[in-house]
Formats: sequence, C-alpha cells, structure tokens
Amino acid sequence: MTLNRDSIVAICLLVICGGLAMASLDIREPDYGQLSPATWPRIIVGVMTVLTVIFLVQSLRAGPNEPPDAPREPIGGIAGFFGYWRNVLWCFVLFGAYLLAIPYAGILLGGTAFVFALLTALGGTRNVLLHVVIAAVTVGGMWTIFTFALKVILPRGEWTGF
Amino acid sequence: MVWDNLTLALAAIGQWDTILLMCVGVAAGLLAGSIPGFTIAMAVVLTLPFTFSMPPEQGLATMISVLVGGLSGGLMSGILTGIPGTPSSVATTFDGFPMARRGEPGLALGLGVWSSFCGGMISAVLLVLFAPQLARIGLEFQPWDFFMLVIFALTVTASLAGENLIKGLIAGALGLLVRTVGEDDAVGVGRFDFGSDYLLSGFDFIAVLIGLFAFSQLLADVRDPVKARQALTDQGDVRIRIEHGRAIRELMKRWTTVVRSALIGMFTGILPGAGGSIANILAYDQAKKASKEPETFGKGNPEGIIAPETSNNAVEGGALTPLMALGIPGDVTAAIMLGALLIHDIVPGPTFISDEPVLAYSIFIAFFCANFIMLGMQSGMLRVFVLVTRIRMYMLAGVILGLATIGVFALNNSADDLWTLFWFGLLGFAMRQLGFPLAPMILGVVLGNIAELNLSRALAIDTDLTLFVTRPWAMFFTIVALFSAVFPWYQSRAAEGARWTRFYVPLMLICVSLPLFLMEGWFRTALAGAALAIAAFLLWRATRPQAA
Repeated sequence: MTLNRDSIVAICLLVICGGLAMASLDIREPDYGQLSPATWPRIIVGVMTVLTVIFLVQSLRAGPNEPPDAPREPIGGIAGFFGYWRNVLWCFVLFGAYLLAIPYAGILLGGTAFVFALLTALGGTRNVLLHVVIAAVTVGGMWTIFTFALKVILPRGEWTGF
Repeated sequence: MVWDNLTLALAAIGQWDTILLMCVGVAAGLLAGSIPGFTIAMAVVLTLPFTFSMPPEQGLATMISVLVGGLSGGLMSGILTGIPGTPSSVATTFDGFPMARRGEPGLALGLGVWSSFCGGMISAVLLVLFAPQLARIGLEFQPWDFFMLVIFALTVTASLAGENLIKGLIAGALGLLVRTVGEDDAVGVGRFDFGSDYLLSGFDFIAVLIGLFAFSQLLADVRDPVKARQALTDQGDVRIRIEHGRAIRELMKRWTTVVRSALIGMFTGILPGAGGSIANILAYDQAKKASKEPETFGKGNPEGIIAPETSNNAVEGGALTPLMALGIPGDVTAAIMLGALLIHDIVPGPTFISDEPVLAYSIFIAFFCANFIMLGMQSGMLRVFVLVTRIRMYMLAGVILGLATIGVFALNNSADDLWTLFWFGLLGFAMRQLGFPLAPMILGVVLGNIAELNLSRALAIDTDLTLFVTRPWAMFFTIVALFSAVFPWYQSRAAEGARWTRFYVPLMLICVSLPLFLMEGWFRTALAGAALAIAAFLLWRATRPQAA
C-alpha cells in the first residue's frame, strides 16, 4: 500500500495521541476539586484520536494521490531538498543561534547580528552595507523604545554588558 | 451613569498621547495592509507587546487603530497594482484594478476609502447597539451553555477555515491541547510537563499566537528565494489624487449596496472564524446578483469596489460584538484582542460591559475615532503606502523576525517565551505546509482555558452530563455546531444538486426552534414559530414537483 502525505501525517498524529494518552496517566490526581486535572486533557486527546482515525481513513480512501493542497515537491534529492527549503532553514538555524547567543551577546548586539545575518543569507551579499544599516536602525530603534520609553529591561549580554 | 462612563472613556481616549498612538497605529495598519503577504492579524499580534505597559484603554485603542488601518490598507495595492494587500481585499481588485487601468484610479481609490469608512462606521454603530443586548442574553448563560458555546465556536471555525473539516477540527483540538500544557489553573497540578520546568510553566499564549501566525507566515513568504528578493510590486502610480467628491456622490447613489454589504460584513464577523476574506467575496457576489448590469462586474463597476470594501471593514465590528458581549472572539484578530484584555487581567464575558464600562466605552469610541483617522491618513499618505509595496519581502521578514523577538521577550521578561515563539513558528509553518488551517488552532489556544473552566464549574454544580445538551442554550449551540460541521459537505453536495440538500436548511430551522421554544419569553417563542413557518415553506417548496 502506498501512503500519501496525509496518511503519514495521520499516523504521526496517532503516535502523538498515544504518547499524550500515556503521559496523561502521569498527571497527579489530587483528592480535592470536582474535575480532575487529567480529565480535560484526556477528553481532548480522546477527541483528537477519533478525529485522527477519521483523517487516516479519509486519506487512505483517497489513495496514493497527493492531496490538492500539497506543496510542490522539491526535486533533485538532498541537494534539491536543501535548495527548496534553503530560506526556511536559514531562518530557523539563524533564529535558533540567535536565541542561544542572547545570554552572551545580549538582545541589542545579538538582535542586530541576527537581522544582518538573516538579511544577508536571504538577500545575498550585494547589499551588505544596506543590511547593516537596516539591522542597526531597526533593532537599535526597538531596543531604545523598549528600554527608555516602555521601561522594559531587555536581556544584557554576559560578554558585552549591554 | 451612561454619560459618566462616556465622559470618562472620552477623557481616556481624548488624551494627546492616546490620539498620537492611534495615529501611529492606523498608519502602521495601513502600511501592513498595503503589503501583500503581511496579514492584518500579523500586524495586530505584533502590536500587542508594545501595548502591555500602557493603560488598557490606551493599549486597546492602539490595537483597534492598527486593525482599522489594516482593514483599509489592502485596497490601495489592490486597486493600483492588482495585487491585494490582504485576503480581505481580494474582491476589491476585481473591479478596482480595471477601473484604475481605464484611467480612473482616483475614483477607484475614493470609492474604496469612503466605502471602508462607511463600513467601519455602520459596524461601529451596530457594535454599540448590539453588544450590550447580546451581553444581556449572555447573562442567562450557565457554565454548560458557555462550554457548548466554545465547542460551537471551534466547530464553526473549523468548518469555515479550510477545505477539510477534519483537518480544521484536529487543529482546534491541538489548540486546546497546547493550552493544557503546564500547571492546571484550578489546583496547580503539572500536566504534560515531562519533568521540564519550561513546560511546567506553560506556554505564554501571546508568544504562541505570534509564533503560529506571524513567524510561520514570514517563513512561508520567504520560502521561494527568487520571490523573496523581488520587490513586492513594481507597479502603481504614486502621483494619484483621490477623487473624494465624486466618490461620495457615487456612494450616495448606491447606498443600498453600502447598507447590504455592511450587514453582510457584520454578520460574517459575528460568526466565529469567518472574517474579512469571506465577507468581501460574499458581499461582492451579492452586489453582482442584485445589480441590473451584472455583466459590467469585473470591468470597473463602482459597486464592485463599494461592496467588498464596505463589508471587510464592517467585519471587525461584528467580530468585536461576541468578544465584548460573551468573551468569545469572532475571528483571529478579535482573539488577539482578547489576549490584550487578559494581559491587563480583564476577562471579557457577559458582565464585561457592566463591570468595565469605561473600558467598554473606550473601545466603542476608539473604533469610531480610528475610522476618522483612517480616512484622513489614507487620503493624505497614499504615496507612502504605495511606495512601501516596493520593499523586498526578505528585508521585511528579517526585520520583523528581529523585532518580534524583542516584543515577545517584553511580554514576561522571559527568554522561555522566545523558545515558545521558535517552536510554534516551526509548528505553524509545518501546519501551513500540510494544509491544516491555523484559525481553529488559535481559537483553541485562546478558548481552551474558558472551556475547561466552564466544564469544571458545570460539573461542580451538577454531575449530570445530559445538561450539556438538554439546557436550552446548550442545546441551541449543540444543534448549530452539528449543522455547521455538516455545512462543508452540504455546500459541496448542493452545488452538485443532491436532493437531500434541499432539506438541510428546513431541518436546521426545525431543530433550532426546539431550544427556542424551551426558552423563556414571548419573543423567543415567536422566533421559534417563525423558524417553523419558514421551515414548513421551504419543505413545501423542496417537495413540490420541479417544473420541466
């Protein structure tokens, strides 16, 4: 049997539902309160499981054809995959790196570096100077508004001190 | 009493800094609305972190301004370039762009601007009139009714949000599930924390909304490397003057279209999950059907601009009505407004207008004022809004992602929220790619706690589960939820001419009349009688032999 994209998603969802149903058994049941803290999550997991089973049956009945809302598949193996999702991967990798760097570089420097790196990764190296200006002005401006106007203490970097 | 509250609300909104913030909000909304790929909900959700340190009246006025600006911003790029700035302006381009191309861009813009204004004003009046009445009805609701109302809202959203109802319902359930992670509100027991302190503290739902909606949208916008580097539009003349006088005259001649479209927008807004993207198409379609010259639609007919623009601006008055009266948001942007209220420890519900009258009146006044500001700004800053559509998407995405981080951190001064933004951005993007609608999930996240709280309250009062379907209001919401769940199937089968679809509406009316009969008051009994009479007529028509 050939599974289409929706069938695979439904199977993954069923596995998640199973995992969550198991996890709901670990929720402590206090002696007080009318509704146990585990009841509502179990109801939702139960409903979601039923819906997912319907979804699985629906997708299996549709056959191996991809659903109409399926995105255009990348072609060309692993290189094609990375080429197709390049920008999205850049966003995630750089954003993840930025979050990891915040405790050390702070939000001002880290944010400026992140915006510059992202702009250059997505837009290429032709407008590097423009990217530097955009990153510095936007992040610097926001940092100033939040720090001085809204009095929010934004994370300072261990290494930079600001 | 009303005058006292009104005076206090006017004093809150009338301060120079609030008015300045509203102008900035409208300008930001207009800019966001004019950029294709930048949705209104995204603009409103990104504004939220700025407002948390403001007084509630000021914060909500700013967000309403962004919303009103955003609803109107889409028409400019739609008319001048043929690319709608927002999904709620799609139908505007059908006649707006042809009218602009045949040499009347000033009139097209004028019609759009004044229709938006009229739609906004009509819906503001209806909001002021209806919200207190609906709140009065809401006072009758008991926990069983509220619980079923949430289920109804989720079902309707799922059935309207996407092509596949099951995917919508799964998304809604996923939203409810996300809200259960962390400490239980009632007794403080950890759920689905897997031993992690991060999960035990739960997800901040604003960070979840920004991740699901804004982050994932930006990723989808930059996915294509070629498109990401191109200017959003490179067309559109920026030296156009809006023809106000002519537009107002055209609008007055077609006032029935204005009123009808505003009512369509208002009604669509009240329905959970159905927003401007549906209203503008519906209103356009109705205007075409009612027109004496339907063949001119698509070629620059003024009514083809008036109808969608009036309706999409009227939507928000409709969406705010159930939010203010019942605490149930009518669409994603109203859900974000609910988030703004919750940040200030204000829980909307049937007693909201009576408990927080100054804030409620401030929302009404802000809605009116924002429409006037929008009218002035759209006329005066057209050039800026057209120029902004020439920005490259990758620049916009990079900057917004950077700024969203600061905004999300500021919500709770917590780095954990940034990780929530990251993970939910990933989840939202995956869901978009897999064809799962995000609106039901967002509503699930927002309404999850309300549902659980009312379930808990209901069971504390009485453990009889049948009350969830036998109390008149609970029964009403159950019936409407069931019929709305079948609606997509009915719609597709009706288009194919299936015979059973003729009985869908009469059957729904008969079923709905039952809880109405069970309710107190002569008006509801009369309403139930009217529903039965209409159902009988429709049944008679459905069973009548068809003319050859």
